[in-house]
Amino acid sequence: MYPFLEALVAALILIGAFFLLVGALGLARLPDMMRRLHGPTKATTLGIGALLIASMVYFAAVRGSFSIHELLITLFLFLTAPVSAHMLAKAHILRARAERDRLPATGTATGWATLDSGHPKGE
Amino acid sequence: MRARLLPHPLLTVLIASVFVLLMNEVTAGVVVLGLVLGLAIPLLTAPFWPGRPRLKAPLTIAAYALLVTWDIVVSNIEVAKLILFRRGETLRSRYVTVPLDLHTPEAIALLAGTITMTPGTVSADLSADGRALLVHCLDTGDPEATVAAIKTRYESRLKRIFE
Repeated sequence: MYPFLEALVAALILIGAFFLLVGALGLARLPDMMRRLHGPTKATTLGIGALLIASMVYFAAVRGSFSIHELLITLFLFLTAPVSAHMLAKAHILRARAERDRLPATGTATGWATLDSGHPKGE
Repeated sequence: MRARLLPHPLLTVLIASVFVLLMNEVTAGVVVLGLVLGLAIPLLTAPFWPGRPRLKAPLTIAAYALLVTWDIVVSNIEVAKLILFRRGETLRSRYVTVPLDLHTPEAIALLAGTITMTPGTVSADLSADGRALLVHCLDTGDPEATVAAIKTRYESRLKRIFE
């Protein structure tokens, strides 16, 4: 394995580990639930992304075979991260009464979907 | 006839290619098995989809994916800076309402996902009639500018792709 590739893989692993650490720090340090959601949804995607690219480069260099599993992991991660963040936010809005008062108006005829079934009042 | 055997051609292609990628090899057997799954799964799950979105501008999707990938990298660095160098209480976090021009459910889902993955915003809820999106910003001085950025940068492109 060339020194250049070794340095590249090492750098990618370090970058990935750094962003994963930042994501975890955000989860621990930010003051409230909605702010805490920002850490794990973003910082960790780039962290995992960098680790996966490192894995692809490493196996391409060592085994000489191109591995596509990493791309699939990235794809599934990008599909699931926003959905789980959205469900967490909805659960929070439903459970925390103080949070409901902070929500802005929808600007449409109905309320937010978590709190409003979409049927006219009295139905 | 074609609609009954191939209810969702895009899904067929997607399942077949994901299967080939999962097996990590391109041989005749794997491709055939992938195609069999790609034909069977859409047929079995057909009752679950309300509609099939038409893609108007397939090439724009690639451009959109590149744009979002770039924004994810930028957003990670920005959020990392906020987490490391700012005290949590001083962040100007707030909710904003994004009125939607999109009508296709798939396009709205894609927009909500994009918002969550990109700079300092998480999509939190949808209005019951599907005409507005609730977005939580981690740190924003100008809520209107944030909404305008989401609408011009992502929504206008999705509108070109789907509608």
